[in-house]
Amino acid sequence: MENQNLNLLDRALGLDGPSEPWPLSGRVVLIEDCVETSGSFVLHQLVKRSLSPTSSNVIIFVAFANPFSHYDRILRKLGCNLVTQRDNKRFIFFDMLMLRCPDVDEGKSSEGGLVLLYEKILKTICGLPGDKKDYVTIMIDDISLVEVAANGGSDYVLDFLHYCHALTSEFDCSLITLNHEDIYSSMERPTLILQMEYLADILIKAEPLSTGLATDVHGQVWLSDYLSSQRT
Amino acid sequence: MADTICRTLRDGGLEGEHAPALTIKDSKASPFGFDVFNYVLTQLSNYILAGKSQSRGLVVVAYSRSPSFYVDLLKRRGIDIASSHDWIHILDCYTDPLGWKNWLIDKDISQEASSLSSFCQDVRNLDKLYSLIIEQGKGLIGQGKDRFSIAIDSVSEMVRHASISSVAGILSNLRSHDQVSSIFWLLHSDLHEIKFTSVLEYLSSMVASVEPFNQAAFGQRVDLENLSMLEQNFRKGKFHVRFKRRNGRVRVMCEEILVELAGIKFTPVLSEDEIINQRLLPKVQFNLQLSEEERNERAKVVLPFEHQGNGKPIQIYDGRRSLGENKEEALVSTGKLQPDEDSGKGQIIYFRDSDDEMPDSDEDPDDDLDI
Repeated sequence: MENQNLNLLDRALGLDGPSEPWPLSGRVVLIEDCVETSGSFVLHQLVKRSLSPTSSNVIIFVAFANPFSHYDRILRKLGCNLVTQRDNKRFIFFDMLMLRCPDVDEGKSSEGGLVLLYEKILKTICGLPGDKKDYVTIMIDDISLVEVAANGGSDYVLDFLHYCHALTSEFDCSLITLNHEDIYSSMERPTLILQMEYLADILIKAEPLSTGLATDVHGQVWLSDYLSSQRT
Repeated sequence: MADTICRTLRDGGLEGEHAPALTIKDSKASPFGFDVFNYVLTQLSNYILAGKSQSRGLVVVAYSRSPSFYVDLLKRRGIDIASSHDWIHILDCYTDPLGWKNWLIDKDISQEASSLSSFCQDVRNLDKLYSLIIEQGKGLIGQGKDRFSIAIDSVSEMVRHASISSVAGILSNLRSHDQVSSIFWLLHSDLHEIKFTSVLEYLSSMVASVEPFNQAAFGQRVDLENLSMLEQNFRKGKFHVRFKRRNGRVRVMCEEILVELAGIKFTPVLSEDEIINQRLLPKVQFNLQLSEEERNERAKVVLPFEHQGNGKPIQIYDGRRSLGENKEEALVSTGKLQPDEDSGKGQIIYFRDSDDEMPDSDEDPDDDLDI
């Protein structure tokens, strides 16, 4: 059942076909989840598909939530060796767990930290060999922790996301982010998550079942792919 | 109706008048505002190229998409601006809006602007942005008295970097500039306070709102019951436009929109009666509907035993005589006594059902009952 669900997700994203050109090139994917139903498995599945032997993709994984060992362990169970991929320069891991922008002169430091992160991503892309530059996927896990690292500066986070969005246009790369919808559910106007939804071309939501908890089925995933009439 | 908007922008403003301004407003419930924006942009571009519009140039202030996006968009619509772009200029507030690339040590990473577009690397400074827009616009139209139009693809993004009052100020200044023919912008209403949306609506001569096709379905959890309604909302929507005319009157119109890969389509909204009639009428081979003439004839038919409400005394047709006969007989209103004006007393006029009917006797017809 789980494999069948994953295959449905692959089909919905167009990943069941040929790997090149990468169906998500130039597109922004937002994964939303909640406490009851984690959406991390979608991120892991996309890592696995991006690093399939038939594709040329390079992943820049910006990790705020977990260390490398966590993802390595999970992806091994899915049949993907992240250590090998890292050695082959196909999986570039940015460990951001310790990133904390200093409180002194809070505004500039928070922004400065994210500017440096953007610079790091940009330089990594520009430093790739020519044939790899067109097959980059940037993954960020997860945006709520980026906000924490920026001392709650959601405007700086949005600026950072905007610049990452500009990279999808400049280099035709993919941008995949994860955020927790229920963090913002109590806000009258959840600007950050709404702005992210406006930026996204594909929205994947992981939710609990409407009928409640079940032992065999942990939740449901629905995907909305905004028409590609706006893209070339 | 969407074409009405485009024509209004095409025709521009009169001498001494503020330029027509259009706010395109949407929300996450029906996120097709950008499709509408692209439609208007394409139509206005066609008018400018054909020489049919008041404006001779177009400045696109791009916050949410790259200049190359608009080049490709217009190319798909049959307008190749890469080869001939003396009428359009794109102010790029998308690629490096905050000047982050200027902070980078390695300048080789920075991009070069093209002749079609120029960078704005400080979107927080709206005075400078205003100057850039006017400068680019004048660069397109030259020194004469020609005018240019302005398209801003996201005031929602603009207000992220500046205050509401300064955004309102720049829009008002642009609208009142004597070389600006028309201006339009896109706003995501659910990102802002009502105050900001209201401010922009007051500044606008036209407000176009995109709303969900099935309002009830929005916000609900996805399940099999509402899936089809939600799917409809991802492709269809309602398009309401409010026009403020020169004479001060406000006109409201509505259409339906359908978003496809090829673009957006606008269709007129059927009235409620038409929709009900379409649903109730069975599909048969003979005509069940009335023509206009038949409706008029039907309205003229005098119905029996019905209040005709024409101010004349009511005439009840008893089935035996024509209405014109026996005018000396007193007339009766339905169910009520009509008092005699002279005597002040009421009277009841009784018409026998038949001439053969025997007059009432003193006998009680129920006398034979053994109760």
